Amino acid sequence: MVEFPPLGPVMPEILMTGFALLILVLDLVIKRKETLAFLSVAAAAVVMYAVLGTSGVTFSGMFAADGYSMFFKLIFLLSLILSILISVKYIAIERVNYGEYYSLMLFSTLGMMIMASAGDLIVLYLGIELMALSTYVLAGFIRHAVKSNEAAVKYFLLGAFASALLLYGISLLYGLTGTTDIKGVAAYISDNGLAGNPALMLSVILFVVAFGFKIAAAPFHMWAPDVYEGAPTSITAFMSVGPKAAGFAAMGRVFLIAFASLQVQWAAILIPLAIVTMAVGNIIAISQTNIKRMLAYSSIAHAGYALMGVIAGTPEGLAGMMSYLLIYAFMNIGAFAIIIMLRSEGFSGENISDYEGLSKKHPVSAALMLIFMFSLTGIPPTAGFIGKFYVFMAAVNAGYTWLVVVAVIFSAISAFFYMRIVMYMYMKEPRREVELTTSPALGLALAISALGVLVIGVFPGRLLDLARIAITLGWGL
Amino acid sequence: MRIITGMPGQYIPSDYLPILIFMMIATAFGLGTLVVCSIFRPRRTYAEKLTPYESGNPPIGEPRMRFSVKFYIIAMLFVVFDVEVVFLYPWAVVFDKIGLFAYVEMMLFIFILLVGYIYAWKKDAFTWD
Repeated sequence: MVEFPPLGPVMPEILMTGFALLILVLDLVIKRKETLAFLSVAAAAVVMYAVLGTSGVTFSGMFAADGYSMFFKLIFLLSLILSILISVKYIAIERVNYGEYYSLMLFSTLGMMIMASAGDLIVLYLGIELMALSTYVLAGFIRHAVKSNEAAVKYFLLGAFASALLLYGISLLYGLTGTTDIKGVAAYISDNGLAGNPALMLSVILFVVAFGFKIAAAPFHMWAPDVYEGAPTSITAFMSVGPKAAGFAAMGRVFLIAFASLQVQWAAILIPLAIVTMAVGNIIAISQTNIKRMLAYSSIAHAGYALMGVIAGTPEGLAGMMSYLLIYAFMNIGAFAIIIMLRSEGFSGENISDYEGLSKKHPVSAALMLIFMFSLTGIPPTAGFIGKFYVFMAAVNAGYTWLVVVAVIFSAISAFFYMRIVMYMYMKEPRREVELTTSPALGLALAISALGVLVIGVFPGRLLDLARIAITLGWGL
Repeated sequence: MRIITGMPGQYIPSDYLPILIFMMIATAFGLGTLVVCSIFRPRRTYAEKLTPYESGNPPIGEPRMRFSVKFYIIAMLFVVFDVEVVFLYPWAVVFDKIGLFAYVEMMLFIFILLVGYIYAWKKDAFTWD
């Protein structure tokens, strides 16, 4: 007879599964899809509350609800709530107002939560697949638009490829160490002096490729611009924050625990990766004319900055990376909320030139976009500055001063394309009348994001304390 | 699978040697058959012999045609419930060893599939027209 494992630590995930199934079934009877959106937000809030009160390890170490995973789960749930809020009106305009949308978003978030808590590589894989499969469908949700279909197919094919590489890495690791337990792998490697083994290095490289795909780090970023452009804008906002943060959560665990004794080797792979990522993201973003595409390249660049927290390889670096991702959730979803406002019946509002003279007629929206663009650039007193500051600080303390210099240079380059939007909004004459589509939900999402960006920017201490406490509460499973 | 470590930094995956031999034999057999046949078979070609289906129906139109999406839905439903049965078999075999835990887990699994079933039913995935 097998004993029941304690179910306390997985309670948030159990609740999330129940809610996602419930919304799927309720969709069959509820005709007003706004109700489903409201219920989904309520479900996310309940799960968030459950996450805060959950800790412990269960399923013989395969699943750990610790401080590290708690912080990440809060990022996922926050981005879920904000993405649902900006979706409500938008998916009606795109004529895809179906209830499955919300259910799939909940399932995707569930996958991310499992990833953040995974103490075993198989559980990690399970989480990745649940997250990814739901996101593939969401990317192609505007099924009558060819671009959306293209986004889904591209994302699916490349994502399946990355998953296969991850599985190959896991199987190599299992062949070498005889276990898929993250802590067990670390113990076996250090006990048996496997650190120089070429097959182990191959496994590390496969993990880098798979995670590099999930966080959209160059040279594994090729899918991101096309998918971000084709997917529904609300899903682009969701995808650029949630799955990316989940990728980082898994990456932090695998590299800093399982491959702890190989830190020199994987840092040597990740450093060029981070530099290339920042270069590709920031430089190619300059030539974009579609704002979703521009933000896709910007999102690639931000993965490069956050990657420096992992490269630092210290608890401080992890805390910096975690706060960066939280800040990124606020500022990026905020920026996408403004893009969604510009979308109206028969007008895509996706061209950068559509922002010309926005401040003349819509000063509030322009001011909010200004805040998000400043934050994405990293100009104080916005949160983006604080995020970069902590990550760079951790990298300097870990002895990577030259890498920080490179990152600051690329960060200065990024000012060009972010500030161009601001310049268009404030210093150009409007070329056409742009009608904004607003809804109370969208307004609430904008208020939360703007408040988050400003409050964290002005009082940054709390956030970093929170990330540090989360780290001290445990991240070693 | 165990990997025998010899010298530090060296490893010999000797457990996989049979697989390597098997792969080599399979490749040699496949290639060998083709080569031997191409040497001995008679070469008498005429139009009839070169059709895709010799002594079958002549093909009409392009092989790439669009199927109704209904076929895909049926195929997907089949896969879902097929997997369910695949899981039920090993579960039934070890049921007396794991007991209540296995029972609860399987019921949860079936319940989640049941939700999917209700969803598919309500979305008219089972009606053809």
